[in-house]
Amino acid sequence: MSIAITTQIICFTVLSLVILIGALGVVLLESIVYSAFLLGGVFMSVAGLYLLLNASFVAAAQVLVYVGAVNVLIIFAIMLVNKKEDLKPINDIKSRRIISTSICLTLLSLLIRVDLTNVWSLSSPQNSIGEESTIRIGEHLFSDYLLPFEVASVLLLMAMIGAIVLARRDVMNKDISTGLPVDQELIEKSSEPLLTNKN
Amino acid sequence: MMSLESIPIQAFLIVSSALFCIGIWGLLNSRNAVRVLMSIELMLNAVNINLMAFSSYVDNNLIQGQVFTIFVITVAAAEAAVGLAILLSLYRNRVTVDMESFNLLKW
Repeated sequence: MSIAITTQIICFTVLSLVILIGALGVVLLESIVYSAFLLGGVFMSVAGLYLLLNASFVAAAQVLVYVGAVNVLIIFAIMLVNKKEDLKPINDIKSRRIISTSICLTLLSLLIRVDLTNVWSLSSPQNSIGEESTIRIGEHLFSDYLLPFEVASVLLLMAMIGAIVLARRDVMNKDISTGLPVDQELIEKSSEPLLTNKN
Repeated sequence: MMSLESIPIQAFLIVSSALFCIGIWGLLNSRNAVRVLMSIELMLNAVNINLMAFSSYVDNNLIQGQVFTIFVITVAAAEAAVGLAILLSLYRNRVTVDMESFNLLKW
Protein backbone atom coordinates (compact mmCIF):
# COMPACT_ATOMS: atom_id res chain seq x y z
CA MET A 1 0.00 0.00 0.00
CA SER A 2 1.25 3.43 -0.84
CA ILE A 3 -0.17 5.30 2.16
CA ALA A 4 2.34 6.32 4.82
CA ILE A 5 2.44 4.14 7.91
CA THR A 6 1.36 6.97 10.22
CA THR A 7 -1.75 7.57 8.17
CA GLN A 8 -2.48 3.85 8.19
CA ILE A 9 -2.19 3.68 11.97
CA ILE A 10 -4.45 6.69 12.44
CA CYS A 11 -7.06 5.24 10.06
CA PHE A 12 -6.86 1.84 11.73
CA THR A 13 -7.28 3.32 15.23
CA VAL A 14 -10.26 5.45 14.27
CA LEU A 15 -11.94 2.58 12.38
CA SER A 16 -11.42 0.08 15.19
CA LEU A 17 -12.74 2.51 17.78
CA VAL A 18 -15.84 3.12 15.66
CA ILE A 19 -16.28 -0.65 15.21
CA LEU A 20 -15.95 -1.53 18.89
CA ILE A 21 -17.95 1.39 20.30
CA GLY A 22 -20.60 0.94 17.63
CA ALA A 23 -20.85 -2.79 18.34
CA LEU A 24 -21.22 -2.09 22.06
CA GLY A 25 -23.95 0.38 21.20
CA VAL A 26 -25.70 -2.21 19.04
CA VAL A 27 -25.96 -4.67 21.91
CA LEU A 28 -26.43 -2.22 24.79
CA LEU A 29 -28.69 0.60 23.61
CA GLU A 30 -32.32 0.55 24.66
CA SER A 31 -33.79 1.71 21.37
CA ILE A 32 -33.61 -0.91 18.65
CA VAL A 33 -33.72 1.75 15.92
CA TYR A 34 -30.51 3.36 17.17
CA SER A 35 -28.97 -0.10 17.24
CA ALA A 36 -29.87 -0.67 13.60
CA PHE A 37 -28.31 2.59 12.46
CA LEU A 38 -25.19 2.00 14.56
CA LEU A 39 -24.96 -1.41 12.91
CA GLY A 40 -24.78 0.36 9.56
CA GLY A 41 -21.88 2.44 10.88
CA VAL A 42 -20.09 -0.70 12.07
CA PHE A 43 -20.50 -2.28 8.62
CA MET A 44 -19.09 0.83 6.93
CA SER A 45 -16.07 0.85 9.26
CA VAL A 46 -15.43 -2.82 8.56
CA ALA A 47 -15.41 -1.91 4.87
CA GLY A 48 -12.81 0.74 5.72
CA LEU A 49 -10.65 -1.93 7.38
CA TYR A 50 -10.88 -3.99 4.20
CA LEU A 51 -9.64 -0.99 2.22
CA LEU A 52 -6.65 -0.79 4.59
CA LEU A 53 -6.00 -4.44 3.77
CA ASN A 54 -5.81 -3.75 -0.01
CA ALA A 55 -9.14 -5.39 -0.76
CA SER A 56 -11.21 -2.86 -2.64
CA PHE A 57 -13.56 -5.41 -4.21
CA VAL A 58 -14.52 -7.01 -0.90
CA ALA A 59 -14.96 -3.55 0.64
CA ALA A 60 -17.38 -2.64 -2.15
CA ALA A 61 -19.22 -5.94 -1.71
CA GLN A 62 -19.41 -5.31 2.03
CA VAL A 63 -20.95 -1.88 1.53
CA LEU A 64 -23.39 -3.11 -1.12
CA VAL A 65 -24.53 -6.29 0.61
CA TYR A 66 -24.36 -5.40 4.29
CA VAL A 67 -25.24 -1.72 4.33
CA GLY A 68 -27.39 -1.79 1.23
CA ALA A 69 -29.27 -5.02 1.76
CA VAL A 70 -28.94 -6.56 5.21
CA ASN A 71 -29.16 -3.33 7.17
CA VAL A 72 -32.10 -2.05 5.16
CA LEU A 73 -33.80 -5.42 5.66
CA ILE A 74 -33.26 -5.18 9.43
CA ILE A 75 -34.68 -1.66 9.49
CA PHE A 76 -37.72 -2.87 7.55
CA ALA A 77 -38.20 -5.72 10.03
CA ILE A 78 -37.98 -3.26 12.93
CA MET A 79 -40.59 -1.11 11.24
CA LEU A 80 -42.90 -4.11 10.86
CA VAL A 81 -42.56 -5.53 14.36
CA ASN A 82 -41.85 -2.38 16.36
CA LYS A 83 -44.51 -2.39 19.03
CA LYS A 84 -44.10 -1.06 22.52
CA GLU A 85 -44.41 -3.97 24.87
CA ASP A 86 -43.60 -4.45 28.50
CA LEU A 87 -41.28 -7.39 28.80
CA LYS A 88 -42.03 -9.87 31.50
CA PRO A 89 -39.32 -9.82 34.15
CA ILE A 90 -37.13 -12.90 34.39
CA ASN A 91 -36.45 -14.01 37.92
CA ASP A 92 -32.80 -15.06 37.63
CA ILE A 93 -31.70 -12.37 35.19
CA LYS A 94 -28.82 -11.22 37.38
CA SER A 95 -27.05 -14.58 37.62
CA ARG A 96 -27.64 -15.10 33.92
CA ARG A 97 -25.98 -11.77 33.14
CA ILE A 98 -23.03 -12.57 35.37
CA ILE A 99 -22.50 -16.01 33.86
CA SER A 100 -22.76 -14.84 30.25
CA THR A 101 -20.50 -11.85 30.82
CA SER A 102 -17.84 -13.97 32.48
CA ILE A 103 -18.02 -16.51 29.66
CA CYS A 104 -17.56 -13.73 27.08
CA LEU A 105 -14.66 -12.15 28.97
CA THR A 106 -12.97 -15.53 29.35
CA LEU A 107 -13.33 -16.23 25.66
CA LEU A 108 -12.02 -12.76 24.86
CA SER A 109 -8.93 -13.20 27.01
CA LEU A 110 -8.30 -16.63 25.51
CA LEU A 111 -8.57 -15.29 21.96
CA ILE A 112 -6.35 -12.29 22.68
CA ARG A 113 -3.77 -14.54 24.28
CA VAL A 114 -3.72 -16.73 21.19
CA ASP A 115 -3.50 -13.66 18.96
CA LEU A 116 -0.52 -12.27 20.83
CA THR A 117 1.48 -15.38 21.66
CA ASN A 118 1.19 -17.36 18.45
CA VAL A 119 3.95 -16.83 15.91
CA TRP A 120 2.25 -16.20 12.60
CA SER A 121 4.15 -17.29 9.51
CA LEU A 122 3.80 -14.05 7.62
CA SER A 123 4.70 -14.01 3.98
CA SER A 124 6.97 -11.33 2.63
CA PRO A 125 5.23 -8.24 1.32
CA GLN A 126 7.29 -8.35 -1.89
CA ASN A 127 5.08 -10.87 -3.66
CA SER A 128 1.91 -9.20 -2.48
CA ILE A 129 -0.66 -8.89 -5.21
CA GLY A 130 -1.74 -5.46 -3.96
CA GLU A 131 -4.39 -3.71 -5.94
CA GLU A 132 -4.69 -6.56 -8.45
CA SER A 133 -6.81 -8.51 -6.00
CA THR A 134 -10.04 -8.11 -7.96
CA ILE A 135 -8.51 -9.92 -10.93
CA ARG A 136 -7.25 -12.71 -8.68
CA ILE A 137 -10.68 -13.10 -7.04
CA GLY A 138 -12.24 -13.45 -10.48
CA GLU A 139 -9.71 -16.11 -11.43
CA HIS A 140 -10.44 -18.00 -8.21
CA LEU A 141 -14.20 -17.81 -8.65
CA PHE A 142 -14.06 -19.25 -12.15
CA SER A 143 -11.39 -21.88 -11.66
CA ASP A 144 -10.84 -23.60 -8.31
CA TYR A 145 -13.86 -22.14 -6.50
CA LEU A 146 -16.30 -22.69 -9.36
CA LEU A 147 -18.41 -25.29 -7.56
CA PRO A 148 -18.90 -23.21 -4.37
CA PHE A 149 -19.71 -20.23 -6.58
CA GLU A 150 -22.50 -22.13 -8.33
CA VAL A 151 -23.75 -23.64 -5.07
CA ALA A 152 -23.92 -20.11 -3.65
CA SER A 153 -26.23 -19.09 -6.47
CA VAL A 154 -28.51 -22.04 -5.70
CA LEU A 155 -28.37 -21.08 -2.01
CA LEU A 156 -29.44 -17.53 -2.80
CA LEU A 157 -32.35 -18.81 -4.88
CA MET A 158 -33.42 -21.15 -2.07
CA ALA A 159 -33.15 -18.36 0.49
CA MET A 160 -35.26 -16.07 -1.69
CA ILE A 161 -38.03 -18.63 -2.17
CA GLY A 162 -37.83 -19.67 1.47
CA ALA A 163 -38.14 -16.10 2.70
CA ILE A 164 -41.19 -15.53 0.50
CA VAL A 165 -42.87 -18.74 1.68
CA LEU A 166 -42.13 -18.05 5.35
CA ALA A 167 -43.24 -14.44 5.33
CA ARG A 168 -46.41 -15.04 3.32
CA ARG A 169 -49.63 -14.80 5.24
CA ASP A 170 -51.99 -17.11 3.34
CA VAL A 171 -49.96 -20.29 3.13
CA MET A 172 -52.64 -22.37 4.76
CA ASN A 173 -56.15 -21.20 5.43
CA LYS A 174 -57.01 -24.19 7.57
CA ASP A 175 -55.39 -25.41 10.71
CA ILE A 176 -53.81 -28.78 10.03
CA SER A 177 -54.85 -30.47 13.27
CA THR A 178 -58.29 -29.04 13.91
CA GLY A 179 -59.51 -28.15 10.43
CA LEU A 180 -60.79 -24.80 11.63
CA PRO A 181 -60.09 -21.73 9.52
CA VAL A 182 -56.93 -20.00 10.61
CA ASP A 183 -57.15 -16.44 11.88
CA GLN A 184 -55.63 -14.39 9.07
CA GLU A 185 -56.27 -10.98 10.54
CA LEU A 186 -53.72 -8.23 10.69
CA ILE A 187 -51.39 -8.48 13.59
CA GLU A 188 -52.11 -5.60 15.91
CA LYS A 189 -55.73 -6.21 16.75
CA SER A 190 -55.88 -3.84 19.68
CA SER A 191 -54.77 -0.77 17.76
CA GLU A 192 -57.18 1.52 15.99
CA PRO A 193 -56.88 1.70 12.21
CA LEU A 194 -55.18 4.92 11.26
CA LEU A 195 -57.80 6.53 9.04
CA THR A 196 -61.03 5.74 10.90
CA ASN A 197 -61.31 8.82 13.09
CA LYS A 198 -61.13 11.18 10.14
CA ASN A 199 -64.82 10.99 9.31
CA MET B 1 9.02 3.77 19.61
CA MET B 2 10.17 1.31 17.03
CA SER B 3 9.24 2.03 13.48
CA LEU B 4 6.76 -0.25 11.80
CA GLU B 5 6.61 -1.38 8.23
CA SER B 6 2.87 -1.92 8.40
CA ILE B 7 0.13 -2.44 10.96
CA PRO B 8 0.81 -5.71 12.84
CA ILE B 9 -1.60 -8.53 12.11
CA GLN B 10 -2.26 -8.86 15.85
CA ALA B 11 -4.09 -5.52 15.83
CA PHE B 12 -6.61 -6.81 13.30
CA LEU B 13 -6.97 -10.10 15.17
CA ILE B 14 -7.62 -8.34 18.48
CA VAL B 15 -10.28 -6.11 16.93
CA SER B 16 -12.01 -9.12 15.42
CA SER B 17 -11.81 -11.07 18.69
CA ALA B 18 -13.39 -8.21 20.59
CA LEU B 19 -16.11 -7.83 17.97
CA PHE B 20 -16.84 -11.56 18.11
CA CYS B 21 -17.16 -11.51 21.90
CA ILE B 22 -19.44 -8.47 21.79
CA GLY B 23 -21.57 -10.40 19.30
CA ILE B 24 -21.75 -13.43 21.56
CA TRP B 25 -22.68 -11.26 24.53
CA GLY B 26 -25.46 -9.65 22.55
CA LEU B 27 -26.66 -13.02 21.31
CA LEU B 28 -26.90 -14.37 24.86
CA ASN B 29 -28.38 -11.29 26.51
CA SER B 30 -30.79 -9.69 24.05
CA ARG B 31 -34.49 -10.11 24.54
CA ASN B 32 -35.46 -8.54 21.23
CA ALA B 33 -35.28 -11.06 18.40
CA VAL B 34 -34.14 -8.41 15.90
CA ARG B 35 -31.18 -7.59 18.14
CA VAL B 36 -30.24 -11.28 18.18
CA LEU B 37 -30.06 -11.20 14.39
CA MET B 38 -27.91 -8.07 14.56
CA SER B 39 -25.53 -9.81 16.97
CA ILE B 40 -25.19 -12.70 14.55
CA GLU B 41 -24.27 -10.22 11.83
CA LEU B 42 -21.63 -8.71 14.14
CA MET B 43 -20.11 -12.16 14.71
CA LEU B 44 -20.03 -12.88 10.97
CA ASN B 45 -18.27 -9.56 10.42
CA ALA B 46 -15.67 -10.45 13.04
CA VAL B 47 -14.97 -13.70 11.20
CA ASN B 48 -14.68 -11.76 7.95
CA ILE B 49 -12.12 -9.36 9.43
CA ASN B 50 -10.11 -12.38 10.56
CA LEU B 51 -10.21 -13.98 7.11
CA MET B 52 -9.26 -10.75 5.41
CA ALA B 53 -6.34 -10.11 7.78
CA PHE B 54 -4.95 -13.59 7.21
CA SER B 55 -5.42 -13.34 3.46
CA SER B 56 -3.53 -10.06 3.40
CA TYR B 57 -0.68 -11.01 5.75
CA VAL B 58 -0.20 -14.76 5.34
CA ASP B 59 -1.47 -15.48 1.85
CA ASN B 60 -0.96 -12.19 0.07
CA ASN B 61 -0.38 -13.63 -3.38
CA LEU B 62 -3.24 -16.11 -3.75
CA ILE B 63 -5.69 -14.21 -1.46
CA GLN B 64 -7.99 -17.19 -0.95
CA GLY B 65 -9.26 -15.53 2.23
CA GLN B 66 -10.93 -12.82 0.19
CA VAL B 67 -12.81 -15.46 -1.80
CA PHE B 68 -13.94 -17.03 1.45
CA THR B 69 -15.09 -13.62 2.64
CA ILE B 70 -17.21 -13.24 -0.48
CA PHE B 71 -18.87 -16.59 0.27
CA VAL B 72 -19.42 -15.63 3.92
CA ILE B 73 -21.07 -12.38 2.82
CA THR B 74 -23.34 -14.38 0.48
CA VAL B 75 -24.37 -16.80 3.21
CA ALA B 76 -24.90 -13.90 5.63
CA ALA B 77 -27.26 -12.20 3.21
CA ALA B 78 -29.26 -15.41 2.79
CA GLU B 79 -29.28 -15.94 6.55
CA ALA B 80 -30.56 -12.43 7.20
CA ALA B 81 -33.40 -12.82 4.69
CA VAL B 82 -34.55 -16.18 6.03
CA GLY B 83 -34.06 -15.11 9.67
CA LEU B 84 -36.17 -12.01 9.28
CA ALA B 85 -38.87 -13.99 7.46
CA ILE B 86 -38.95 -16.46 10.37
CA LEU B 87 -39.11 -13.50 12.74
CA LEU B 88 -42.11 -12.03 10.92
CA SER B 89 -43.85 -15.38 10.95
CA LEU B 90 -43.17 -15.76 14.68
CA TYR B 91 -44.44 -12.25 15.33
CA ARG B 92 -47.63 -13.05 13.48
CA ASN B 93 -48.27 -16.08 15.67
CA ARG B 94 -47.06 -14.80 19.03
CA VAL B 95 -47.55 -11.00 18.75
CA THR B 96 -44.23 -10.41 20.46
CA VAL B 97 -40.53 -10.34 19.65
CA ASP B 98 -39.46 -11.27 23.18
CA MET B 99 -37.00 -14.16 23.00
CA GLU B 100 -38.23 -15.50 26.36
CA SER B 101 -41.69 -16.19 24.96
CA PHE B 102 -40.46 -18.41 22.13
CA ASN B 103 -40.36 -21.57 24.19
CA LEU B 104 -42.41 -23.95 22.08
CA LEU B 105 -39.59 -26.48 21.78
CA LYS B 106 -38.71 -26.39 25.47
CA TRP B 107 -39.74 -29.46 27.39
